[in-house]
Amino acid sequence: MNAISPDLTFDLAATSLRELNAALHAATGESNARRWRVLNPNGRHAVAVGINAPLTVEIEGHVGYYCAGMNAEASVIIHGNAGVGLAENMMSGFVHVRGDASQAAGATGHGGLLVIDGNASARCGISMKGIDIVVKGSVGHMSAFMGQSGSLIVLGDAGEALGDSLYEAKLFVRGSVKSLGADCIEKELRDEHKALLAEKLKAAGLEGTVDVSAFKRYGSARQLYNFHVDNASAY
Amino acid sequence: MCGIVGLFLKDPKLEGELGAMLASMLCVMTDRGPDSAGFAVYGSGAKDKVKLSLRATASYDFEALAAGLSLPAAGLPGLAVRGTHAIVEIPAAREAAVRAFLKERHPEVAIVGTGERMEIFKEVGLPASVAQTFGLPGMRGTHGIGHTRMATESAVTTAGAHPFSTGADQCLVHNGSLSNHNALRRALKREGIAIETDNDSEVAAGYLTWRMKQGASLGQALEAGLNDLDGFFTFVVGTENGFGVLRDPIACKPAVMAETDQYVAFGSEYRALVDLPGIARARVFEPEPATVYFWERAQ
Repeated sequence: MNAISPDLTFDLAATSLRELNAALHAATGESNARRWRVLNPNGRHAVAVGINAPLTVEIEGHVGYYCAGMNAEASVIIHGNAGVGLAENMMSGFVHVRGDASQAAGATGHGGLLVIDGNASARCGISMKGIDIVVKGSVGHMSAFMGQSGSLIVLGDAGEALGDSLYEAKLFVRGSVKSLGADCIEKELRDEHKALLAEKLKAAGLEGTVDVSAFKRYGSARQLYNFHVDNASAY
Repeated sequence: MCGIVGLFLKDPKLEGELGAMLASMLCVMTDRGPDSAGFAVYGSGAKDKVKLSLRATASYDFEALAAGLSLPAAGLPGLAVRGTHAIVEIPAAREAAVRAFLKERHPEVAIVGTGERMEIFKEVGLPASVAQTFGLPGMRGTHGIGHTRMATESAVTTAGAHPFSTGADQCLVHNGSLSNHNALRRALKREGIAIETDNDSEVAAGYLTWRMKQGASLGQALEAGLNDLDGFFTFVVGTENGFGVLRDPIACKPAVMAETDQYVAFGSEYRALVDLPGIARARVFEPEPATVYFWERAQ
């Protein structure tokens, strides 16, 4: 199925999830086993959460909630769909889902790259804080809600209220946007943005396959209450 | 929380396994709803007959009740007792008379649902014990829906368990919580809709019944619910021919569907679907918010 020959294989039909996650947490940059393979995830929640080492983990099947949450340094590849909260609060590293992702993919992520081959449903990148998210399909409603930093790049369409109450996250959508959220506006796609898009798409393995000038850029109009300095003393 | 499962068979060869598959799905959803569980199964039926799903207390004498319903011409009604529930099958023409008789002479017996093919069972307790008590794994049918309850809006009682009947051969299960159910309950009562519990989901069922009494189709009634029901919901409705799915516009409550050549399955989480045959090759997807879906067999 895959070209990798794993150093370690965990079959979750035979081994407990707790055992897998404990082994992943015990791994460090000095560990010999770098390629991990997980079989029969069967929609279990919290598979491969909290890794803090430069490992590659390939998961063969669909996962439940919070897969690869809090990930740091590791590459986690899911050969299936992912449930709610994929790569939630990711710090760094790379998470790639070959199928669809459910709601709140990449939520609150601080860094790293999340690539979704299929669609992501509602609230993709909600409260993102520096993560880069590339969705090859479409995203659902309220995506990038209160996004503070990082980029959300959507090759398909976006649902209702994209970028509602946005801070400084950069949003790029190639297809249609059903509606923009409060204080989110379309902005000019300048050369530096095209360069940024090209860089992120290259990291996602899409170099040369996507025309960066086909995207529209969206960002904060910075008109909401919290952007007015006169209100700063209220906090 | 609450968990929902649903299974609609396209391949008649699986009909003997329906109950076993549904029971397995239901038990996986125990984490989402350990308080009570219930299910509706669409099995065999006859055009001129109607099945009443009745509920009473433990070891209630349903045989005596059935004997009281017999007619010299028609003989004893069909009777299948399963735990606290019994399915009584009577000529369709007698339904109104039997309902009146039960109301007057047997107020201790609740009619949980009626229909040509639908049978409803629900009880407090862990899903595994509820499924076992009613013999779900041995049931056959074309489709069924089930629910595991984690009570939020009303007490943990059998009457508060799902599914709720919305009409002949129709029932509803709900994951979520409605915030305008008290006002809506008062309005529906004024319209003559009987609502027995403080449960928000029963109000949703009563709302659909009311809309359909006014002439709406089930699909139209669900569409109207998007405007009139305030709160969170993922609904699965059972119909004589299949099932329908509706999620609120915010899609607060989870839903996963899987479709193969043999079946369409619904689960609150993918975990509920993993033991289904051929699931690895199924098309797995999430139903869109505020969109009515139906999977039905051709009449």
